[in-house]
Amino acid sequence: MAADPRPQVLAGGTDFMVEVNYDHRRPTAVMSLRRVDELRGWRRHGDRLTVGAGLRYVDMLESEFEVSAPALAQAARTVGSPQIRNTGTIGGNVATASPAGDTLPVLYALDAEVTVSSTRGDRVVPIQELIVGPKRTTLAPDELIVSISIPVSKGPQEFLKIGVRNAMVIAVASVALVVDGDNRHIGCALGSVGPTIIRCSEAEAMAEAEIDWDRLHLPDPRVYETFGAMCAAASSPIDDHRSTSRYRRHGVYVLATRALMRAFEPGA
Amino acid sequence: MADGVRVVDRPRTGIGVSTRRPDGGPKVRGEFAYSSDLHADRMLWGRTLRSPHAHARILSIDIGPALTIPGVSAVLTADDVPGRPTYGLTVPDQPVLARDIVRYEGEPVAIVAADHPDTARRAIASIVVEYEVLEAITDPQRALQSPAIHPDGNLIRTVPIRRGDVDAVGSVVVEGTYEMGIQDQAFLGPESGMAVPDGAGGVDLYVATQGLHQDHAQVAPCLGLAPEQVRLHLAGTGGAFGAREDLSMHVHACMLALHVNRPVKMSYLRDESFVGHVRRHPAHMWFRHHATPEGRLVKVEAQILLDGGAYASTSAYTAANSARFACGPYRVPNAVIDATCVRTNNAPSGAMRGFGVVQVCYAHESQMDKLAAAVGLDPVEIRLRNVLARGDELVTGQTVDVPAPVRECLEAAASVPMPPPASDVDDYGLPGGAGRTADRARIRRGVGYAVGFKNLAYAEGYDDDTRARCRLDGGVATITCAAAELGQGFVTVAEQITRTVLGVDQVVLAPASTATIGSAGSSASSRQTYMSGAAIAMACRQVAEGARRAVAHRHAVAVEALEIDEGRIVSRDLSIDIPIGRASEEPLEAEVNHHHRETFPMDPVTGQGDTDVSWVFAANRAVVDVDLDLGLVRVVQMATGQDVGKALNPLSVVGQIEGAVSQGLGLAVMEEVVTTDGIVRNPSFTDYLIPTTADMPPVEITLIEEPEDGAPFGAKGVGETACLSSTPAVVAAIRAATGLELSRVPVRPEDIALADVRREG
Repeated sequence: MAADPRPQVLAGGTDFMVEVNYDHRRPTAVMSLRRVDELRGWRRHGDRLTVGAGLRYVDMLESEFEVSAPALAQAARTVGSPQIRNTGTIGGNVATASPAGDTLPVLYALDAEVTVSSTRGDRVVPIQELIVGPKRTTLAPDELIVSISIPVSKGPQEFLKIGVRNAMVIAVASVALVVDGDNRHIGCALGSVGPTIIRCSEAEAMAEAEIDWDRLHLPDPRVYETFGAMCAAASSPIDDHRSTSRYRRHGVYVLATRALMRAFEPGA
Repeated sequence: MADGVRVVDRPRTGIGVSTRRPDGGPKVRGEFAYSSDLHADRMLWGRTLRSPHAHARILSIDIGPALTIPGVSAVLTADDVPGRPTYGLTVPDQPVLARDIVRYEGEPVAIVAADHPDTARRAIASIVVEYEVLEAITDPQRALQSPAIHPDGNLIRTVPIRRGDVDAVGSVVVEGTYEMGIQDQAFLGPESGMAVPDGAGGVDLYVATQGLHQDHAQVAPCLGLAPEQVRLHLAGTGGAFGAREDLSMHVHACMLALHVNRPVKMSYLRDESFVGHVRRHPAHMWFRHHATPEGRLVKVEAQILLDGGAYASTSAYTAANSARFACGPYRVPNAVIDATCVRTNNAPSGAMRGFGVVQVCYAHESQMDKLAAAVGLDPVEIRLRNVLARGDELVTGQTVDVPAPVRECLEAAASVPMPPPASDVDDYGLPGGAGRTADRARIRRGVGYAVGFKNLAYAEGYDDDTRARCRLDGGVATITCAAAELGQGFVTVAEQITRTVLGVDQVVLAPASTATIGSAGSSASSRQTYMSGAAIAMACRQVAEGARRAVAHRHAVAVEALEIDEGRIVSRDLSIDIPIGRASEEPLEAEVNHHHRETFPMDPVTGQGDTDVSWVFAANRAVVDVDLDLGLVRVVQMATGQDVGKALNPLSVVGQIEGAVSQGLGLAVMEEVVTTDGIVRNPSFTDYLIPTTADMPPVEITLIEEPEDGAPFGAKGVGETACLSSTPAVVAAIRAATGLELSRVPVRPEDIALADVRREG
């Protein structure tokens, strides 16, 4: 990759090849990662998962993976069609850095760390520092995403995504909610409602203080909607051909409320 | 043995049997050659430069930079059009290439031929066009008050209907305004074809189209060639739904091929396709229904405005359909209807499945539900009290003299058992589907009904005749007919008809071409089985008659002593019993030119007239689940009662109905070309959403078979009608679930979820 001209990296190709087809990219050299088996797998060590950048969406639907990372599996399930899920990868989702990338809200909520490699060595970057804008990352031209590290699930996880049809659709809005029962922590992040994924820190802190962590219950049922409203307030959606900012904000409110209701039953 | 064969053979391959499509296997396996797969030695790739503006004056075009790109063989503009500079299905008002003015985003300005698609694309990008941007007239409600954007003016047609007592008033009156967005046909095979110069100044064009001869009639004059110098041949066609009625790349590819004297192929990319064909007319509609306290219709008033876009295409006839079918399949004694189609700087509107009737069906069925509520009847009963039957008069004064089983269709749809409740459905079956957004406590179910009807074949005095030739040689029947197979199954029905009449096993369909036979008319308006199917049956019967004469001659008996009986020539005493396929040593051939019954124009003031050939009817019941907070909809079940006359191939009929329901469902809840000031915002299948298998419910279909006299084996065409009534049925079901008015389709999630907010706003 340090060669000149530098080859462009092809993982699943589900975004890349569309750009080539429309002549938005004219690569002179392409380096395919499809046969790099080292990028394909995932492994668990202790309470963390290391997910290879080449792990495909379809691979994330395997039950063993789903037990360790249920929200990531659910996000993978909502990506495109079976054909897309059979070839698209999590590393490609990160590198493309679309605000509508389906796995990204989950990775943000989990405080994922991305390992990036080049001839100059490896570096580990928090995902929110790697992605800096819509389809913009801090990846250097000679750097490759190798793996993504996330904590193993230690509580309820939810991923909810609104699209105008029941499958194979770009998110109008999405919400990831992950609960760490050991550390009494909630992570919540929003997709498709800002230039990048949006983390809902204030809503997280509010809910963490209200939860009965010993029982994983929520004593005050008003908190569900307050949480939803705070997430909606954190969103920064736009009007476009897919939806309106008003509906997106409303959607975040509904999804976040429902996500918290699924994670924590009401009552003391 | 012969008798045994006859018994077994007939059910396996004849009419009434669900024989497999001959092209089905190859299509599923990816082996079928579509028009975009065409290839020839030394072939070049053509490409089109299109206007980025909805309305602009062309100040200059500099093709110089494109000509310097290696691999570019030709760059042509309006100055290079060899013949008539404009074309059009009804009036030639559309430039082959824009000269001074562009009138919609996507209008062709220049074309290139190059050695590779990427070279062609870069050549296009290098052409420098200087535009003076003009104000775009994109609101059809302003079109008639705006400066003319075309020499023909901004009014394409107004169609009035005045029926009975125009001052009649009912004691119950309901009123509503309704709006429909732009629906795209969303065929999968893009506009494509290949032009091959013949070396003698002429050209052969292999192209995906609905009507070879109607294309030919436009292409040859634009090329400045004699008709016989231009031959069109049907290439593998990946769907049409009306979008291949008009020309697309036809003249362009021929111009390039003739210019460079090499084969030239053009195949649109998906974003180009969204501006490369006409779409369904978006509509603004006002309706007022008058009825008795018992819910019997007294009068219908309607004002219908269709946006025709920049060029006329078939808009004049679409408007007439909107007017004639504005009342739906009901007895309406008095009517005051005006349908108007105007010109705007949106992309041209034209034919699409349901042709002007989809719009009004949504409106009149919404009105019938309002009326039901106003008089305290349920939605089925209000319809049953008003349904048309054979012998009734339409608002045009024409008597419905064919089977009109509207009541039977509706009762069939209404009697299908209801689907299981939402509580029995897994999470992925709820609204929101794979996104798992649903909260079961916030799901409401609704049920809605709709009926619709439409004319079969062309109307208003148009003689859309057809031709078919049958040649029987050595036991093999060869059928020649220029009818375009688009995926609808004409090839299957043509074979079935031939086998049934002639009793032969081997049937060959000759390639459809303008070079071998006259016009079959377009594969449109549900007409090919009805028209060309009839012509094939007639040609086969004439061949059978020839076989009868040949046997009579050979056996030295009177022709009258022989009968044609299920594919055999049989004497009364059974001493002669010969299959038609072996009846003659010499080839037998017959060609038939078939016309439907004569129709007449609409009176220009009253709209009265015997305009139509026949009609087809359908009814739908939709069951939906709605997420009240998110406004997401899951259609749980569709029940369809469909008038078919006679199902020649029941599996094909079911396929047509399921496809039509899918397209109607899509229009109800997701399908819309979104534009801003005439610019298309979602020209891709990423953002122009059509239903997936996760969105399509089971369709419970009841075929109502009341054969129509004179139709081939009694069959009507069934390609369109289920698409009319499925949209209003889905919307009615959403209304039942939510209590909302929903006066615009497609119904967007925010129309439900933010209904209160929107009312305030």
